[in-house]
Amino acid sequence: MFSLDLLFEALIFGVLLGCFYAAVSIGLSVSFGLLDVPHVAHPAIMVLGSYCTWLLATRSSLDPLLAGVLLMPAFFLVGVLVYRFYYETFERRGSDAAVRGLAFFFGLAFIIEVGLILFFGVDQRSVEASYIGKSFRFGDYRIPMRMLVAFAVALLLTFFLSLYLSRTFVGRAIKAVAQDEPALRLMGANPVRIKQWAFGIATGVSALAGAMLVIVSPVEPAMDRVYIGRTFCVVVLAGLGSMTGTLAAGLILGIAESVVMMLFGASWAPAVAFGLLLVVLGLRPQGLFGR
Amino acid sequence: MRKALSFVAGLLLAGFAALASAQGNPIKIGMSMPQTGSLGAGGQAALLAIRMWVEDVNAKGGLLNRKVELVVYDDQTNPANTPGIYTKLLDVDKVDLLFAPYGTVPTAPIMPLVKQRGLLLMGNFSFQVNHTVKHDMWFNNAPWTDASSWFDGWITIGKRVGGKTIAFLAADQEFAQNLANGARELAKKAGLQTVFDQNYPPTTTDFSSLVRAIRQTNADLVFIASYPNDSVAIIRSVNEIGIGSNVKLFGGGMVGLQFTPNMVNLGSLLNGVVNYNSYVPGLKYPGIDEFLKRYAQKAAEAKVDPLGFYLPPFNYAMGQMVEQAVNGTKSLDQKKLAEYLHTHEMQTIVGPIRYGPDGEWANPRVIQAQFQDVADKNMDQFRQPGKQVILWPEQYKNGNAIVPFDKARK
Repeated sequence: MFSLDLLFEALIFGVLLGCFYAAVSIGLSVSFGLLDVPHVAHPAIMVLGSYCTWLLATRSSLDPLLAGVLLMPAFFLVGVLVYRFYYETFERRGSDAAVRGLAFFFGLAFIIEVGLILFFGVDQRSVEASYIGKSFRFGDYRIPMRMLVAFAVALLLTFFLSLYLSRTFVGRAIKAVAQDEPALRLMGANPVRIKQWAFGIATGVSALAGAMLVIVSPVEPAMDRVYIGRTFCVVVLAGLGSMTGTLAAGLILGIAESVVMMLFGASWAPAVAFGLLLVVLGLRPQGLFGR
Repeated sequence: MRKALSFVAGLLLAGFAALASAQGNPIKIGMSMPQTGSLGAGGQAALLAIRMWVEDVNAKGGLLNRKVELVVYDDQTNPANTPGIYTKLLDVDKVDLLFAPYGTVPTAPIMPLVKQRGLLLMGNFSFQVNHTVKHDMWFNNAPWTDASSWFDGWITIGKRVGGKTIAFLAADQEFAQNLANGARELAKKAGLQTVFDQNYPPTTTDFSSLVRAIRQTNADLVFIASYPNDSVAIIRSVNEIGIGSNVKLFGGGMVGLQFTPNMVNLGSLLNGVVNYNSYVPGLKYPGIDEFLKRYAQKAAEAKVDPLGFYLPPFNYAMGQMVEQAVNGTKSLDQKKLAEYLHTHEMQTIVGPIRYGPDGEWANPRVIQAQFQDVADKNMDQFRQPGKQVILWPEQYKNGNAIVPFDKARK
């Protein structure tokens, strides 16, 4: 039953969903897009962030969003250590590091998943906050407030990460290491330390993304599997390493899914989203915003 | 004299050897059970109940004077894992009897294997997995048979409260599709007009769009066939987006709303939902209260579903049925056991069970209950009758439906 009202609402839901997809993909955009690390454990780290958020929020009655922000430094350190380990054991040892690295990150994802099961059990976990389960109303329209929070977080993350990467010395060094590592080495900078720092940022951002995840829907330990395809799809569609591109790609996927779901049939939603990826890669192999 | 003594000593030795062999050679029951993945929470609770039965039966001396041993693997709710696991159970672990994993999706792929090998399989809350396979040694512990056993009650309540139009939303998964397909046919036969009919992919993150699309149709009845994570997300979206003041009945086939953590988390958001169940407080079966009391203690230690109404009693009953069949036939012969199960009424903690020719219950007993007056953050409230008011079957009814859906939520 088509109506302009319905289409308008599908677009609103799509924008919100797209921003959520961007928020959960932006860490991967740094680690995979800029650093070329096959970080398939990104969604698992995000789910770990969700559980840590849940723990903080329920034990100390903190707002889950604030809990996510507080977790960022700890996750940053974890990211630094994980990258150092990955570098020492895989990256420095040869040309097939990417393939072996893939195995490393798959292993890491499984360890996180099993660790979560052992520690928290398999039950779903959810958090409470004044904006969860409520909607913002104007006229006949109702917008879930949890999705508005995801929208705001995605915009802020994109803005600050873009600003950091383009305006600060370390940010520009991260971009440089992505473009030409030997040249950076010739300039006297240590690319490994810069990549380590960048991976830490990507992991720190995953903590906040994890908080978003548990705000938007309940989580369970195996939930990372749902997000592997989607987050990589967003990053590749964006063009590796582009923060604003990640936001745009998330929006495209979110709007496509929402419109198809509401007006044409939910079964087609993933096919349309991933079909879009194929079309874009066919026409622009470097992604929408890649150089 | 020396010869006679040697003969007696020989006999004694042979007797001891036979006894030692029997005691050291337990009856192995093999199964996979989802311990992780979307059915993991239910699977862990179900497994605890089966372990309770094993403890109980071993405390009574085992079966055929042999201890019972459980061999279990986690299938991760992944149907790709179960054929391999069951082949290993049969060929490597050499198990004597098989229990099916919890759920339709993990069970469906092992049906050809058990039929080909002519094995007894005790089904575990599957829906219609034997419908096309037609294995005559399959016995499901679930209180349903086909879609009508599930849906007739819901649709009767729906028509009683004035429903004329219906919306369907179902997960793109084996169980939900089987259920929804049957429900669609029955709705047609009942003269209901279908105004919305969609399947959603299992990876759906947010249901706002779908709930909004259903609201647009002004359906009287909204039938949902969903899996645990989706059920929670759908209920939340309904609360945020609204489903429309026209809706009289909402629910039907939502898996996950029977699990305690979800019930406690959703709290008052559940009010008004009329959904299927297997057991709710208020139903009286011999031994169920004592079982649930013991289960609650063990569940607290094992950190699994603390109430355990949905799966655990029926998993314990599965063990009870095997116990009765083995003791009745004094054998582990799979054909004899199957024949016994077909021809006898089993006495269990979920009431008497008699099987039809297809291995499903001859007298299905799916409960349709409405959540009423549920408060937030209170688990113990669910132990009392009245929070899930039984609307169907008629003989167990203990209250009336509050309609429309919006009214029940106030």
